[in-house]
Amino acid sequence: MVVDEFLETQADRVFHALADRTRRDIVVRAMQAPNSVTELARAYSMSFAAVQKHVAVLERAGLVTKERQGRVQLVRGNPETVRRAAALLEQYEALWVERAERMRNILTTG
Amino acid sequence: MTIVTTVKDLEALTMVVVAEFDASIERVWQLWADPRKLERWWGPPEWPATFTTHDLVSGGESRYHMTGPDGEQPGGYWHITEVEEPTRFVVQDGFTDDAGDPVPGDPVVMEVKLDEEPGATRMTLTSTFASAEQLDEMVKMGMEEGLAGALEQIDGILAQAA
Repeated sequence: MVVDEFLETQADRVFHALADRTRRDIVVRAMQAPNSVTELARAYSMSFAAVQKHVAVLERAGLVTKERQGRVQLVRGNPETVRRAAALLEQYEALWVERAERMRNILTTG
Repeated sequence: MTIVTTVKDLEALTMVVVAEFDASIERVWQLWADPRKLERWWGPPEWPATFTTHDLVSGGESRYHMTGPDGEQPGGYWHITEVEEPTRFVVQDGFTDDAGDPVPGDPVVMEVKLDEEPGATRMTLTSTFASAEQLDEMVKMGMEEGLAGALEQIDGILAQAA
């Protein structure tokens, strides 16, 4: 349960990043294929600047990487970080597995 | 006895847990309704729960705290709605501050349904998180480590991206 301070900040960033529906969608999209910021802006009918802000939050959280190729900025999903986010949901799932076990014990022992 | 858990998806931040118990619906209902029983399973052994107020009725307000290994006592509240005894209720579960008042912010919404089957009861619990941040808080509240299971959507995307 002891979480290293660095890791805790990183987890906060990841969850702040994922707390927005558009950003979650960008991650899904960027995991499937590299997308330019322009392509993303078109996909979400959003200004280039607005998408850039979202991408910056995702980049800071390590969920995507951004790479300049000539005049284009390519956004790629980062599977490692996404896996860690998924792991947190799995931990919550594990929590309920344990709770159900304790419920079962009470039902059998009274 | 099996437990089946289904994670809805990372986008909706909803999780469904299904558990089967070899007990009558009334006895499973009592695990939620009787605070002395609820205390025995809500928290893990390292972080036991104490419900100082609890009433499983529509409009009921519960207050509880967990006690950590170093004596820390983070508190929580339940605002209970839509009670249909003994088959269904909805709980809003949130944190309280040191004064015992709900902390501003979205509670986790849990819907609990109990279905009676011959000699058994199925519990279906649906948790909806307002944000992944909130989910992180729940996990950090002294709960288990350990990773288990697969997250279908993420796994599917990871498989595609591989």
